[in-house]
Amino acid sequence: MSDLDAFRAEARGWLEANAPAEIRGLEIDPETGGNWGGRRPRWDHPEMKTWLERAAARGFTAPTWPREHGGGGLAPDEAKVLAEEMRRLRLPPPLTGFGLSMIGPTLLRFGSEEQRRWHLPRICRGEIRWCQGYSEPDAGSDLASLQTRALRDGDCFVVTGTKVWTSYGDLSDWIFALVRTNPQAKKQAGITFLLIDMETPGVSVRPIRLISGKSPFCETRFEGVRVPVANVVGEIDGGWTVAKALLGHERSMIADLFGAGTSRRARKPGSALANLAREYRGGEHGTPLPQPLLRDEIARLEMDERALALTSQRARDAARAGHQPGAETSIFKVAATELNQRRTELAVRVAGAQGLGWEGAGYSEEDLVRTRQWLRARGNSIEGGTSEVQLDIIAKRVLGLPD
Amino acid sequence: MGDATSLVLGEDQELLAKTAADFVAERSPLSRVRALRDADDPLGFSPALWKAMAELGWVGIPFPEVYGGAGLGMAELAIVLEALGRALAPEPFLATVLLGGQAILRGGSEAQRSAWLPRVCAGEACLALASEERAGAGDLLCVATRAEAEGQGWRLEGEKAPVLDGPAAQAFVVAARTAGAPRDREGVSLFLVPADAAGLEVLRLRRVDGRGAAALRLRGVHVGAEALLGAPGAGRAILEPVLDLATAGLAAEMLGSAEEALARTLHYLKHRVQFGVPIGSFQALKHRAARLFIEVELCRSAVLAAVRALDAGAADATALVSLAKARASELAVHVADEAVQMHGGIGMTDEHEIGFFLKRARVAACTLGDAAAHRERWAGLHGY
Repeated sequence: MSDLDAFRAEARGWLEANAPAEIRGLEIDPETGGNWGGRRPRWDHPEMKTWLERAAARGFTAPTWPREHGGGGLAPDEAKVLAEEMRRLRLPPPLTGFGLSMIGPTLLRFGSEEQRRWHLPRICRGEIRWCQGYSEPDAGSDLASLQTRALRDGDCFVVTGTKVWTSYGDLSDWIFALVRTNPQAKKQAGITFLLIDMETPGVSVRPIRLISGKSPFCETRFEGVRVPVANVVGEIDGGWTVAKALLGHERSMIADLFGAGTSRRARKPGSALANLAREYRGGEHGTPLPQPLLRDEIARLEMDERALALTSQRARDAARAGHQPGAETSIFKVAATELNQRRTELAVRVAGAQGLGWEGAGYSEEDLVRTRQWLRARGNSIEGGTSEVQLDIIAKRVLGLPD
Repeated sequence: MGDATSLVLGEDQELLAKTAADFVAERSPLSRVRALRDADDPLGFSPALWKAMAELGWVGIPFPEVYGGAGLGMAELAIVLEALGRALAPEPFLATVLLGGQAILRGGSEAQRSAWLPRVCAGEACLALASEERAGAGDLLCVATRAEAEGQGWRLEGEKAPVLDGPAAQAFVVAARTAGAPRDREGVSLFLVPADAAGLEVLRLRRVDGRGAAALRLRGVHVGAEALLGAPGAGRAILEPVLDLATAGLAAEMLGSAEEALARTLHYLKHRVQFGVPIGSFQALKHRAARLFIEVELCRSAVLAAVRALDAGAADATALVSLAKARASELAVHVADEAVQMHGGIGMTDEHEIGFFLKRARVAACTLGDAAAHRERWAGLHGY
């Protein structure tokens, strides 16, 4: 038995003994549900709390992070095995959120020893929920033009300004924010990466309503908020380097979230869109759909999804083989978000007039969710760097085209 | 060679890719393709180079060692085909190695294999598959050509077109109907017909890509009983997997051609100056180039997955082959169209090489099933 087989047996035994039976196969909305932790946690099921606590104690909320910081200390191929075993038992992730996906990896690379020691175990245990303070009303794609000011006052920075698109800002405990510490320097050179406890006086949060109705997005204001200088990640005025590295984590997270079918869809057998077409447009199971052009569109979409999923697999295989991330990784943000837009748009179109309900009687829950998902998906190619910004990055960094 | 499930190349495969790239760079510049075209070469490829590729072991890659092959799989052959695709190298891998050769390997008797496969692996014999007919509109298994029992053998009557690399073939694997009607699934048998058989006429087809192609007329061609390849009526069962291999191989070749067309276009964008700046600094062109790059990467994943699934005999191999060919067909044409547009006026001239990619892409896209046909097959395989 190889070491990896031994680990698989061990992981399987542990999961079977410790993952509560009630949460196996639990249906969880990929964007709003799941264990996000924090000071005010929400549970899709009471046993989700047990699941988080046990997984955290075993280091399985952050399997590849070092054990000393609360992670599992697993090698990439062991983490892959763990994920396979969790899928086999149809287990939801024990913990999700921006602590694990964005600020944690950033602190592992750029944080001080003290920051890592304080924050990482709290992230792993799901005690602190994080949000991201990057964009501002006047700094969208041109992020480096941000204006939120941080003035030095002894051991503190005094922060004043407004951040927008702070996802789940109203539910979060800490925010990692980009602030301007040197207005005289070139715009990228005067930025500092700062960790701010949102319970500090002067922080206020207001939800933003989107075209899809509700949204996780907020506007977060800072009015004279005092933040210890010890909360700077990296160098003062050197935050842009940290910010760009974190954006890489954000983009891969968005690509995973909206990429090749979310977990809920992927678990159902057969073609989800073809089944939907039969439901709304008729036709016998196992026979060609009666509308050949629609059939072609569905096939095209599902083939594109498969090609993207295979590309994700290729990137993971390359990482496991010890290769540096290759050019293929740069395509995920654009490809995954645009695919999600096509998928949700096609689903609404397949449903015809029944796909246009907003709320109330006459529409099923699925109809209404479908409408909101379509509208929400329009934002996928904007958030986390627009497709246009991503194409600029590919053209410059991968293809070497001139400025 | 390499981890069969991984979508990255193993060490031996990387070495093969490097060898192939070096060979192509040294021996197969695009000027060679132009010279063959300008000479109106009836074969459309270079027998000397074909022999050299056989000596490198490439022609024998997917054949057992007992016939002089390397006993390797599609993963390795795809690496070579991608490299050849970059150079638009016209040597007849598809017709000889994947269509004719694999049909004999998989459907033939020991006598038929021993007679042909060692010569194929040595680069001494070329084969071709004569299955497609005009009325089939791209469905290679729609066969009206008939085979009637005659004496101890068979008498073949019908027309075949296009037959890839027909002008070079010493023998054809001919699909002919021994029972049923043209669109029936069953009733097709395969026959090994020598190119010099009485009553067989090979008409050379000149197509836009300049490669070898032919139309066959079979007028009462008599073959002996030993010409039958496999059992009577086994044609479809033999050819379906063979066509999947060839389709995946063609997708790998097209991926290589698309990569090269994009690389040449990027080079042009960086060096062509208008309005005082390289035109590659214009965002309208940058974004289009970036989108082509995304398409290339997606296609690469599909091709890698398809050839690995074929080698592993995976249940979804057929679906992945359709994914690879549909992607490759759209990619190659899209990249070539964009390449000509971004090259501007010079891209329209015969003097410039980029037009060769456009012509080959269009022919390859409709060979062995176009993108729409493979989406159709995908939908059917997935129950809709």
